Amino acid sequence: MSIFVDEHTKVIVQGLTGGQGRFHGLRNRAYGTKVVAGVRAGKGGQNVEGIPVFDSVAEARAATGADASFVSVPPASAPAAILEAAQAGIGFIVCITEGIPAQDEARMFNILRREHSGTRLLGPNCPGIISPGKTNIGITAGEIALPGGPVGIVSRSGTLTYQALHELKQKGIGVTTCVGIGGDPVPGTTFIDCLAAFEADPETRVVMLIGEIGGSEEEAAADFIAREMATPVVAYIAGVTAPPGRKMGHAGAIVSGTSGTAQAKMDALTSAGVKVGQNPTEAGELAAQLVAALPY
Amino acid sequence: MDLFEYQGKHYFARFGIPVSPGGTADTVDEALAAAATAGYPVVVKAQVQVGGRGKAGGIKLAATPDEARAHAGAILGMDIKGHRVKRLWVEHATDIAKEYYVSFTLDRGARAHLAMVSARGGVDIEQVAAEEPEALARAHIDPSVGLTEHVARRLVEEAGLDVDARDGAIGIMLNLYRCYVEGDADLVEINPLVLATDGRVLALDAKVTLDDSAAFRHPEWEQFRDIDELDERERLAKSKGLQYVGLDGDVGIIANGAGLAMSTCDVVNQVGGRPANFLDIGGGASAEVMANALDVINSDHKVKAIFINIFGGITRGEEVANGIVTALGRVDIAAPMVIRLDGTNAEAGREILRSVESDQVLSRPTMLEAARTAVELARARSSEDRADAGSGAGGPGGDA
Repeated sequence: MSIFVDEHTKVIVQGLTGGQGRFHGLRNRAYGTKVVAGVRAGKGGQNVEGIPVFDSVAEARAATGADASFVSVPPASAPAAILEAAQAGIGFIVCITEGIPAQDEARMFNILRREHSGTRLLGPNCPGIISPGKTNIGITAGEIALPGGPVGIVSRSGTLTYQALHELKQKGIGVTTCVGIGGDPVPGTTFIDCLAAFEADPETRVVMLIGEIGGSEEEAAADFIAREMATPVVAYIAGVTAPPGRKMGHAGAIVSGTSGTAQAKMDALTSAGVKVGQNPTEAGELAAQLVAALPY
Repeated sequence: MDLFEYQGKHYFARFGIPVSPGGTADTVDEALAAAATAGYPVVVKAQVQVGGRGKAGGIKLAATPDEARAHAGAILGMDIKGHRVKRLWVEHATDIAKEYYVSFTLDRGARAHLAMVSARGGVDIEQVAAEEPEALARAHIDPSVGLTEHVARRLVEEAGLDVDARDGAIGIMLNLYRCYVEGDADLVEINPLVLATDGRVLALDAKVTLDDSAAFRHPEWEQFRDIDELDERERLAKSKGLQYVGLDGDVGIIANGAGLAMSTCDVVNQVGGRPANFLDIGGGASAEVMANALDVINSDHKVKAIFINIFGGITRGEEVANGIVTALGRVDIAAPMVIRLDGTNAEAGREILRSVESDQVLSRPTMLEAARTAVELARARSSEDRADAGSGAGGPGGDA
């Protein structure tokens, strides 16, 4: 099974008429994702290669019954676009936009949490979600993932997610769902949300977690794994060589003092019984060992 | 972007947070002029973005112009933990009765703002948090609601601020929160916030970190950009719009995506090498971006080998390959480069690279193999350099 989305998920693309939205929206459709509509105020009635465009999410949803949205709009308008989708009753929102001011993101997320508790936001600044062979919402190159399972992947980094999918594909191992939660300061979906969903999914029998320096989400994930999970977990943490106090590309990736270091995160995960690889290749090998040891 | 104290105080002043009158000075004469305007006694403070200025001798009290002259002369040019003092902040000295602490920042775990207040100010707050956690009052603030006076009052009471300081501190907290939110900061901190002997409450220091993502709506931030703080490589990278962090090894790194770039540094380290930098060319990088990245790496004379690690998602393999070919034609790349290309259109990219492959441009199929090759090349070139230096110094015709 997949988590959060599946082959029936109907997706609208907010920003389908823009360069990025068009490129990825069409790419997702070519993969097999049910991309049913686009949204762009002022361009209602047009279409993008046969995908109808509506002025608002509410209209798009009413006309198509969409249950998910892919938000690809500039940083200044992304928070409002996300809230518009939630207001219209969309239950799952993927936002790939990078560079949303942290204050806007924090305000938007807390409105979402309080007023639209039934809506899940993935991102912002994330690669999206792919359930290989079923649906692909976001910017992941679909061909680098094998369908089927038994591995579920959750990651804070985009390119490391691709690397993980690639490592598994080289070994002939499939993936139930691969979720990129993104590297922003206020992620809509956390490691723990994904770990809980994977734990509840009978077809996900090994989980791969890819973290990086900064914050304490990996430590919280370790605590959750120790308390709540029977499914074995392997992990990789990027940023062992990152100097303290410097922002390593992602807004969230910064080591402050002794907290947020890669070593502290690896130690916490190891204590929780997680097998931690020293690099993506080693993490892939550890996952392969766990898969090979599964009872049937 | 981290602000210097004087910039932070200017930022505070815009939001009505009281600070002591003062001015900046880049020379001893300017320091004396600033002191005369602020009124003696004054405090002469080194402007560097590093903690522990006071202990390092970077903060001095001056009661007279002679003292101010002596202190300014001593502090300007001083090296504080690797930061050279180029500027001073000279302000009227405050007669301190009590020192407190107040800050706002984002708590990523709670996905809400975190307010912290303590009656133990003027010291390292992380130490207070570790040794006396009860001395630090904390509250999460819902960013969609904001800081209420009620919560601010509860915090100053819980932290045990003196009764005389409470109203002033609450007023400052409400303005500081506005500065944090409307001013698009990731962190605002006053340490110390003081109660003066005359009963006033004011900010004696200012720590402000601005959120770079919000720069588009703050044209006034341009005045804060102090490109001098960056090293030369970082300055060049910044001017080309690249995400770059200088490190001190000899293997230059170029990767796409922050996670992969960090991981590439780690893998180089694991196979016994040392990364010279972190460089993320980002998603969808074009040939031009790759050529720019190579220019930046090429400007770093410590780099003995270059490792280009690309996993194409939005970034396309043939674009990366074209960028490398363009860069090779445009600049004379000093170090050999090892390229690992995977993902979207990787095969097309590898095909393009085959035409330029040589003992200076190598392809490797995996991240680990590429890292090993790059580290071996860097090591070999370093020992060649040492041998050259040795023969040069010892040889009869050596001009060393």
